[in-house]
Amino acid sequence: MTRPQEVDTRELRARYPDVFDRPASARLAMPAMIVAAFAILVYGLVDLDFSPSRFFAGLSQLGWISLMMIPPDPGSSLPVYLKALGETLSIALLGTTLAAVFALPVSLLAARNVIPSQILRFPIRRFLDSIRGVDTLIWALVWINVVGLGPFAGVLAIAVSDFGAFGKLFSEAIEGADQKQVEGIRASGGSALHEIRFGLLPQVLPVIAGQVLYFIESNTRSATIIGIVGAGGIGLQLAEQIRVLEWQRVSFLILMILVAVAAIDFISSKLRFAIIGRRAVA
Amino acid sequence: MTVAVSILPEQQLAVLNAAYRQAVARKRLRLLLGVMIFAAALVLAAIGAEVNLRTLFTYFGNFISYFDRILTLDSGQRVWTDFGEWLWGWRKWLKMLGETLLISYVGTLIGATFAFCLNFFAAENTSPSPWLRFVVRRLLEFARTVPGIVFALIFVIAFGLGPMAGVLAIAIHSTGALGKLFSEIVENADMKPVEGIRSIGASWLSCMRFAVVPQVTAGYASYALLRFEINVREASVMGFVGAGGIGQELVVAIRKFYYSDVSAILLTIIITVFIIDITTGWLRGRLFGKEART
Repeated sequence: MTRPQEVDTRELRARYPDVFDRPASARLAMPAMIVAAFAILVYGLVDLDFSPSRFFAGLSQLGWISLMMIPPDPGSSLPVYLKALGETLSIALLGTTLAAVFALPVSLLAARNVIPSQILRFPIRRFLDSIRGVDTLIWALVWINVVGLGPFAGVLAIAVSDFGAFGKLFSEAIEGADQKQVEGIRASGGSALHEIRFGLLPQVLPVIAGQVLYFIESNTRSATIIGIVGAGGIGLQLAEQIRVLEWQRVSFLILMILVAVAAIDFISSKLRFAIIGRRAVA
Repeated sequence: MTVAVSILPEQQLAVLNAAYRQAVARKRLRLLLGVMIFAAALVLAAIGAEVNLRTLFTYFGNFISYFDRILTLDSGQRVWTDFGEWLWGWRKWLKMLGETLLISYVGTLIGATFAFCLNFFAAENTSPSPWLRFVVRRLLEFARTVPGIVFALIFVIAFGLGPMAGVLAIAIHSTGALGKLFSEIVENADMKPVEGIRSIGASWLSCMRFAVVPQVTAGYASYALLRFEINVREASVMGFVGAGGIGQELVVAIRKFYYSDVSAILLTIIITVFIIDITTGWLRGRLFGKEART
């Protein structure tokens, strides 16, 4: 057996000073950050009333709840639940479409290559940012105050909060578009509107369609939860059954949501591939 | 200088034109069909969601005037004329905002820790056995697909009202979301260091520790920061179901029509989200910048 060769560490040290003699600040930075992160964690746990006894009591309670959830059973209200699920899907579809329709013109105004003026774009961008800063659930509460309880408020809530997201995403897609086609149309005497219609839109519409489909998918999830504050759909049923502790129905509803989300995921990814091609996604 | 554009003879042109028209017509037909199916789906959805355009038109004024009302003080003045009166509860709100941030911080950290422990089992190239990978993946998928607020609703009943339920709900949801992203990073990692370390007889654990982790930490940190940003938004509504944070104050203000309070709380939430977005964006830029330099 050959002995491992003696290594001259001194020479190695001299050759790679960066590795062996790092300044103390660089060596201490990582542990210091970990200690700080841990300290905030501990402070948080204390401040938020975490106590082991409470945690374990809750855990055993949770165990009981999970046991009572088996087997999932809709009772006699399966038709009601199916209708609520349909309502949820409708909310997602309508809300996303509405948002996309309204966001397209606004996103043109927020794109650098359409409106070069910084002064004009800035307020529009901040406006879109503040809409996005407010959660869908908050919008749902506001719309319930305006149009009353029910799925319609849900549609409007999804529409408003997606409007902010679409405005940003669409304008980024427009800014990423190739300017050469726009210049070609300007060179052949097209007006500003022609430039947008024939130069920009054909490039960005497939991208936008892909994003809209993706949002329909993710809004199916959002639409399930806005029911919790009273804006229709399956979330309303779910929140009610949780409040009256009908755990078998709760687990059935959760299963329904999971299956519906998986189905929508499947359909929309197929459609997205068909629209923008496999390359663009992968 | 004049350039002669060659024009093809009539017959050739006619054939080309016909082929072009046919190709375009087929495309148009497909588009029309797609639009019709979409329109039908919309109509169906409109009936399903009880959309009533008349209600919207009657009440749309309400939506505008709602914003008018939340921007008016009780005294009838605009809110920005008297900040002291508008933000009268700032001490309480700042405390609740602090709680919201703590909830998202603790939730993200716990979630990231669990995701860190689980993701090596979920990644295709590092998982010790296929059935373990299958189980862990389904677990993460479940944690990710069930919305955080549904977990919060259930946890409020199990653990009692308060921020603890919110933290746990956010932690579970983050575990699911981060676990998937983390395992994708691991799948993209270079496997040569792993082979090198395995060849000197190291265990699976040391392979992970010395070959995979050094490659992936920057990516992990970046995703965890992004998740923290998302969780701040999520924590701001956890209070709607009694799981702590500023949402509690907001829902009370909205339900009881304390108009100027609604705008004040919304403003504080929006500003906080902005600040967090900018800070985490800057931090992530630094993390990736560092990675690019070395």
